[in-house]
Amino acid sequence: MLDTSEGYTTADGRKIGGVVMEMKNITLRFGGVKAITDISFDIREGEIRAIIGPNGAGKSSMLNVMSGFYVPQEGEVWFHGKPRPPLKPYEVARQGIARTFQNIALFEGMSVLDNVMTGRLTQMKTGLLAQSIWKGRAEKEETENREIAEKVIDFLEIQAIRKTPVSRLPYGLKKRVELARALAAEPKLLLLDEPMAGMNVEEKEDMSRFILDVNDEFGTTIALIEHDMGVVMDLSDRVVVMDYGKKIGDGTPDEVRNNQEVIDAYLGVEHD
Amino acid sequence: MFYREAGDFHTTYTSDSQTFPIKFDRYRYYVILVIAFLVVPFIINDYWANAILLPFLIYAIAAIGLNILTGYCGQVSLGTGGFMAVGAYACYKLMTAFPDVSMFIHVILAGAITAVVGVLFGLPSLRIKGFYLAVATLAAQFFLLWLFNKVPWFYNYSASGQINAPEREVFGILITGASAPAWATYLFCLIFCFASAIVARNLTRGTVGRKWMAIRDMDIAAEIIGVNPLRAKLSAFAVSSFFVGISGALFFSIYLGAVEVGEAFSIQKSFLVLFMVIVGGLGSIFGSFAGAAFLVLLPVALKVLGVDMLGWPTDIVAHFQLVIVGALIIFFLIVEPHGLAQLWRLAKEKLRLWPFPH
Repeated sequence: MLDTSEGYTTADGRKIGGVVMEMKNITLRFGGVKAITDISFDIREGEIRAIIGPNGAGKSSMLNVMSGFYVPQEGEVWFHGKPRPPLKPYEVARQGIARTFQNIALFEGMSVLDNVMTGRLTQMKTGLLAQSIWKGRAEKEETENREIAEKVIDFLEIQAIRKTPVSRLPYGLKKRVELARALAAEPKLLLLDEPMAGMNVEEKEDMSRFILDVNDEFGTTIALIEHDMGVVMDLSDRVVVMDYGKKIGDGTPDEVRNNQEVIDAYLGVEHD
Repeated sequence: MFYREAGDFHTTYTSDSQTFPIKFDRYRYYVILVIAFLVVPFIINDYWANAILLPFLIYAIAAIGLNILTGYCGQVSLGTGGFMAVGAYACYKLMTAFPDVSMFIHVILAGAITAVVGVLFGLPSLRIKGFYLAVATLAAQFFLLWLFNKVPWFYNYSASGQINAPEREVFGILITGASAPAWATYLFCLIFCFASAIVARNLTRGTVGRKWMAIRDMDIAAEIIGVNPLRAKLSAFAVSSFFVGISGALFFSIYLGAVEVGEAFSIQKSFLVLFMVIVGGLGSIFGSFAGAAFLVLLPVALKVLGVDMLGWPTDIVAHFQLVIVGALIIFFLIVEPHGLAQLWRLAKEKLRLWPFPH
């Protein structure tokens, strides 16, 4: 197995740094159902980390633990070398973790630009009074943050629809706008929940290119859940495999592909 | 033909995010302002002020307030009448306790007091949503009215239980009481209405407005991107109640002059303002004005038509009014649930291409 204790260099020559987030013996229960059982893994700076597994394996629950939506009964989430106390989701967002959802969670009544600008909310500090006067501080802050939002809009090639209400967009574009909103926050860690679910081959290729570009250009650390094996194997540097809430594999795509337990989980085992 | 944005380019983000990005809109807005501030005060008379302009301006402020809470932040409220009463009684207590302080300050302070009360009654919104929140605000409505009836301190122990606005001057001009000139009361309300609209617009186009709309559209996603739902909802209650309080203070001191709380600020008032917001358009400042104009003008127009032109008895016309207003509200909800503001937006989209739509 690849030794990752001090960081490592990927096959395509990118340097992967220290640990950003570490999950230590996470167990999550809903009443009597154990969604996650004693799982540990780490995410390192600059890498693309995939979490895969069959349906109901606990992948989305894992992502919800990482984004602070669920608090695990046992185990700790370490973020930037410190154990993270149980936080409200909006406090987690302020620490620099952004995410997208499996079922798109955009603000349907707002324009694309407004949606992307909501990604900047954690950075915008002017109070009610300055906002109601507008001229001066609020306007200056709005313009500065608009510039960053526009950079993201440019990057994801959605300039033409920036004033369109989100509710009028097709599915594939909505997914892209959601990614834009997450990126606008300039996150230290980006969590993507099935970014390619329900897309055709071309849209998948576009999205894969965007994910690689984001990682490459902004150096964003990315953790993603995905069902399309081809995509996962091509994109990710390391893969965690889950099945029935347990971790059954962890390593580079090649290692995981040849892991007997993983093959059993995906293809089934012959019973005799 | 008249309405187009071709050749209207924006080279900075500031100019792109202004309130009226299209030149034609901007000039029309200036023309309306000039007429409202410089022409109307010279031609206004008592009938126009009391029957149309004062109620329009005051209800527009209330509608802006409710629209911030319901249209922008998605929290349904049926307590508008109660909050208007808080503004009215706060204004009354301030006017009688500090006779020398300017009315401008009294009205703004009345708004601030209402904001505090609004936040208190907004606290349940953290736990309950939709219909259940509407019922909770309904409780606020009845509780506040009961309070102003039961505690004599609020109406200064007057024998009738009413509150009467004492005569007050601004810059040496009488603005409250029966002998106040129409143009002065009109201008006083217009200033508040104008300022309220500007402030509401500034709030809703910036960070605070985006937080409110994020909560309205999907509260879970809003929380994930860093919106504190507690603060966002309570700030919506505070700002909304502030405007509603101002409108209540003006309604009592400038428009009515004397108020009996159970009549002036009953549940009917809450529904009236809610209808204005719905008919005008949820989530639109222009819609608040359109809705207020619609529901203030409609009864007047029907009365002119029925009594003055057709010569019908007054009581029949009054009953017809109720029927027609009700039918029109239902008609609007079915045909255009997003209200007059949406009709206006669609008209503008058509006009943009007119007369060559292809």
